[in-house]
Amino acid sequence: MPEYNWPEAEKRSRIGNRKTRLDGPVKVTGKAEYTYDVKLYGMLYAKMLTCPHAHAKIVSIDISQAEAMEGVKAIRMIQEPGAEIQWADDEIVAVAAETEDIARDALKAIKVEYEVLDHFVDDENKDAAPVVNPAQEEVTGDPDAAFANAAFVSEGFYGARVIAHACLESHGDVAVWDDDEHLTVFASTQAVSSLPGQFADGLGIPAANVRVICQHVGGGFGSKFSADRWGIECARLAKIAGRPVKLMLERDAEIHVAGGRPSSYAKIKTAADKDGNIVGWASESWGTGGPAGTGSPPVPYVWQIPNRRHQHSSIPTNIGPSRAWRAPNHPQACFLTMSALEDLAAKVGMDPLDFVLKNIALTGTRSQNYADELKIGADLIGWKHHWHPRGQAGDGPVKRGLGLALHTWGGRGHQSNCELVIHADSSVEIKLGSQDLGTGTRTVIALVVADTFGLTADDITVRIGDSRYPASGASGGSTTVGGVSSAARRASLVALEQLLGRIAPELEAKPEDLEVINSTIRVKGDHSKSLSWKEATALLGVSTITATGQHPGPGRLDDSGVAGIQMADVSVDTETGVVSINKMVAVQDCGLIIDLMTAESQVHGALIMGIAYSLAEERVMDPVTGTLLNGDMEFYKLPGIGDVGELVVHMMTGPGYDERGVIGLGEPPVVSPGAAISNAVANAIGVRVPYLPLTPDRVLEALGKGGAA
Amino acid sequence: MPKPKQPEQTSSGISRRDFFKSSTVGAVSTALVSGVHGEGSSVEVLGPGEVGIKLNVNGKTRRLRVEPRVTLLDALRSELDVTGAKKVCDRSTCGACTVLLDGKPVYACSVLAVEAQDKQIVTVEGLGTPEKMHPVQKAFVENDAQQCGFCTPGFVVACAAFLEKHPNPDIEDLKKGLGGNLCRCGTYDGIKKAVKQVAAEGGINA
Ligand code: FES
Ligand code: FES
Repeated sequence: MPEYNWPEAEKRSRIGNRKTRLDGPVKVTGKAEYTYDVKLYGMLYAKMLTCPHAHAKIVSIDISQAEAMEGVKAIRMIQEPGAEIQWADDEIVAVAAETEDIARDALKAIKVEYEVLDHFVDDENKDAAPVVNPAQEEVTGDPDAAFANAAFVSEGFYGARVIAHACLESHGDVAVWDDDEHLTVFASTQAVSSLPGQFADGLGIPAANVRVICQHVGGGFGSKFSADRWGIECARLAKIAGRPVKLMLERDAEIHVAGGRPSSYAKIKTAADKDGNIVGWASESWGTGGPAGTGSPPVPYVWQIPNRRHQHSSIPTNIGPSRAWRAPNHPQACFLTMSALEDLAAKVGMDPLDFVLKNIALTGTRSQNYADELKIGADLIGWKHHWHPRGQAGDGPVKRGLGLALHTWGGRGHQSNCELVIHADSSVEIKLGSQDLGTGTRTVIALVVADTFGLTADDITVRIGDSRYPASGASGGSTTVGGVSSAARRASLVALEQLLGRIAPELEAKPEDLEVINSTIRVKGDHSKSLSWKEATALLGVSTITATGQHPGPGRLDDSGVAGIQMADVSVDTETGVVSINKMVAVQDCGLIIDLMTAESQVHGALIMGIAYSLAEERVMDPVTGTLLNGDMEFYKLPGIGDVGELVVHMMTGPGYDERGVIGLGEPPVVSPGAAISNAVANAIGVRVPYLPLTPDRVLEALGKGGAA
Repeated sequence: MPKPKQPEQTSSGISRRDFFKSSTVGAVSTALVSGVHGEGSSVEVLGPGEVGIKLNVNGKTRRLRVEPRVTLLDALRSELDVTGAKKVCDRSTCGACTVLLDGKPVYACSVLAVEAQDKQIVTVEGLGTPEKMHPVQKAFVENDAQQCGFCTPGFVVACAAFLEKHPNPDIEDLKKGLGGNLCRCGTYDGIKKAVKQVAAEGGINA
């Protein structure tokens, strides 16, 4: 059995380099096929009639006219009379027709009668909520005494609104029945290997009879783990019609029902002693993720403040459902915590960088990482040069300010299985039922195999995106890279051992005396004895070498727990309320980095997504009707290329980081932007804008209550 | 599972899909008033039924029948199987559907297919192939300007058109010139670098 570990730094030929992604060329030329692009012969198009009311009971549904329409091939009642609808845009009836237009026309011919019920969408207004579900208060230490004896106490209100996932490729599927019992689904998903079981459950067939394919997915961010009701209905329509059916969500549904990050509001009180040591925390939070309310954000976030009290209330609303949004609950918790602590620093009269460093021991096991990263970040953003006390941004209507935040995440590898084959013609293929969300999964797998075999990533054929390959975990929670890279490494090491065993006699050496380098297998210390990879694999004759790899497994290849810091440099126009980003700096660790290029891209992307939810994104609900007002891309705002400023990413690598093994990176860098940007705005204008997003109206409102206008 | 694609146009110019469509939407077809000239006016009134049109897509003439209300984007994607351009907002906000019309970037979701006749339509597929990439495509790959890649075809086309007009863009040109495309994954940094690289390496015709 080989020794399962990562190669030492000087032995890494591919791991840790900057490799452009393997699927780049098909993506930039339009050749990459997404679920949305799939077209099968005879395929029908499905559309869904949705509920116009935020809270209602279905009284009756009449589909007779639609059924009689030419070109309509299948209709399914998704919900029956009597069902209670909890949000507008919930699905009621699905129609499959020859064209999208006919399907749309058919929806108009369906009559649904509703009994409209009272709704509640004003989630910030806890006192008005018809239902409030308080959780148990959590208390550590003696917060009352801490506040009583504190030299400085800061109090504030902070709130992060509900936002959407807003994937550019909406959720959806193409379903085709191969026969009455066997289904193939092209799905826009983050969970290729777990979807067959979900479709099987919904349809009452064995999971073995369901195949799920997803080569490329146009965004997920935590919203695409489920077969979803519309996926099951798509398959049912296909069965009724006896034809393939495509059902993709419309844009408004994508924003309203196919994702959502719960809101988080909190009243927070913090305390420091006369030297600026943080001594107390008291918070009362509430929020919503739809009819189920939402769990508590983990506050105080990262900071283990000795005396603390927290109480959370979950508010059920008719705002629409929620899903795991990249780093679930962390961005909200980080925003609440780091904003409150920055306000405390201002009360104490300290530079928040000094304040955070002074208290850094309260961040626990990774406090040294945070301290190191803060110093690097401060240099990269010119903290000591540009920072000024809160509100002292000088004359003129445009005020500049700096802010910082820090975050954590787990990121241990998920369960993953793979099969690796070395063919006699020298080619190598590896198969996993994983998926590449645009994070670089394909490329990472290829680099691991290539590094182990002394080849290049382009020599490796990576097959993913098909549930017929060995099962691999869903891509969520930054678990993919640890899982697939560890499984691939184990399989590669086993396969290499077998290959070396086969060719050692040829080189008159023992297998353990052989090494692979630059597509060559040679005897250590006697390089005259060597075979090229091609010659070596040719010796396999009519056989192949096949190895499997699993994660978790023997040896330590992955780890959990990262630290990251971010700093923002913003300008605020106090006449218009517009916040613009001058620069953002992210300093991030994630253990051993397999591909530096796609790792950095993850962080860049997270910064931009963070700028989006800090400045622009929110689901705007109409209090009167309870419906979504901005279910489109004009008004569900995302920043453009000119809105993101200069972005600087610094990855912590080398000794102290690499030997920890691989740790996921998708979530952590999206946690801090909200807090860092909000703090920078407070620094610039001298007053806290309590909400995310920091829209101009909110900035002006905060300025109206004080600050350096 | 083999995935049967829609057959290409037959020599008669009528595809199996056209046949299929006209046989199932007969009721609509009877309302066809194609090519009626308004009295005393040179304005051509089309529709509401299907009309036969010719589109020049990536250098090839393609014949198809569409209702006049069908957008260029839908015609490309659903009728001609040219799926590089994506539909995201369907109303001129996101740029995912950007194609070139006589060299000018347009939102294909907001141009009618019938309006695009007699014009040269170039989609992302027409700029280059994985084996022979356009300089913008190559620079996108080299600067990792794509993640999920759903916005990428639109951005590539927009960048190619932008660089044609601004061979040496400064950051302000770039902000304005590429402000009509949106990315959810956050690839703007790579796109900026890609544009700068193409400019530095001699532009889109290098
Ligand atoms: S789909 Fe055309 S601009 Fe968005
Ligand atoms: S790369 Fe995913 S939307 Fe741009």
